[in-house]
Amino acid sequence: MGHDHGSHLSDTQRRVRALETILTEKGYVEPAALDALIETYETKIGPHNGARVVAKAWTDAEYREWLFEDASAAIASLGYTGRQGEHMVALENTPAVHNMVVCTLCSCYPWPVLGLPPVWYKSAPYRSRAVTDPRGVLREFGVELSEDTQIRVWDSTAEVRYLVVPMRPQGTDGWSAEDLAALVTRDSMIGTGLPSR
Amino acid sequence: MNGAHDMGGTQGFGPIEREAGEPAFHAEWERRAFALTLAMGATGEWSIDASRFAREDRPPLDYLSRTYYEIWAAGLERLCAERGLLTAEEIEAGRSLRPARPVGRTLAAADVEPMLTRGGGVSREPDRPARFAVGDRVRARNAHPRTHTRLPRYVRGRTGIVERVHGCHVFPDVHAHGGGEDPQWLYTVRFDAHELWGADADPAAVVSVDAFEPYLEPA
Repeated sequence: MGHDHGSHLSDTQRRVRALETILTEKGYVEPAALDALIETYETKIGPHNGARVVAKAWTDAEYREWLFEDASAAIASLGYTGRQGEHMVALENTPAVHNMVVCTLCSCYPWPVLGLPPVWYKSAPYRSRAVTDPRGVLREFGVELSEDTQIRVWDSTAEVRYLVVPMRPQGTDGWSAEDLAALVTRDSMIGTGLPSR
Repeated sequence: MNGAHDMGGTQGFGPIEREAGEPAFHAEWERRAFALTLAMGATGEWSIDASRFAREDRPPLDYLSRTYYEIWAAGLERLCAERGLLTAEEIEAGRSLRPARPVGRTLAAADVEPMLTRGGGVSREPDRPARFAVGDRVRARNAHPRTHTRLPRYVRGRTGIVERVHGCHVFPDVHAHGGGEDPQWLYTVRFDAHELWGADADPAAVVSVDAFEPYLEPA
């Protein structure tokens, strides 16, 4: 389940090439559409989207309230909508509660705000352990929480997608939303990291 | 189905391997497998639930020995073959050997952005009241269907609390197998780690799953 090269690889390369040729020849797919799909997820959609949502929640109390009340609408208002983000829920980290997201059954992830998931999120070690030993997993990510901080793990088993809103770092009073967004890491929005400060 | 994909609580997979500055894709064939899967999904020949089942319904050894996009590629090939869109001979030949049959639509490049932005919401107007309310104690059914389900094994038979009610959503267990959308009430159900993993579990951890009403019974 890693991405390292296995014995299936050359066979897979050949079969994917065959799939593309056959499906294109039959007119089921249009090569330019494939390129557009790839370009979208390589260059347009990524965690910078989610970082803007979080930074706005840090700087705009009304938006923050809306985000926790109706995340789909609040996130859509910034232009982030669509595939794998149709039903959003925002999770608030506080000194007492730390939220963390997993998909034990496959790889469900909020694409419009975070892009495609990293390999580790889709991997067996994370999917198996996030629900049984979340504190140990967090430690592996370098996140040490006090023993009385509750850890809430959200297993994305349906089409609801979760975005963790980390706590705003101290010493950032008066910062612009743009500067704050630069602190919001992808992992802090999955719940396996903290903002970079 | 009780497949290798249902990983919650499995042990022995080792440390989580992370990659700094990870790219979206690690090889050209991964890009193509990803895009082909989305583009073929747009033909309407199958649902996202059917595609999840096509990926998870593999012998455990096979599932665990393939990388993520290898499973996507294999799933796509299977979906196409099952629906008569291509044959094993064509995959071997690496080209089309038979005439195409009509599909619902072919995704055009200009439609990619609108399609992704619109997405495919699965919430539906309820035709009956919700059986459970926030705060109710519920037990996840101890059931082991051979077909697609989104109730992970580690919560089956366990008791939790309804935490959110999401309205009615398309029911993957039925939709994956061509039985229509069969919308069902969807709940977030919270379980204490002790209930799931026993006395040694982290006393300050809870785990939630999103569970459809047919997965649940009053507790």
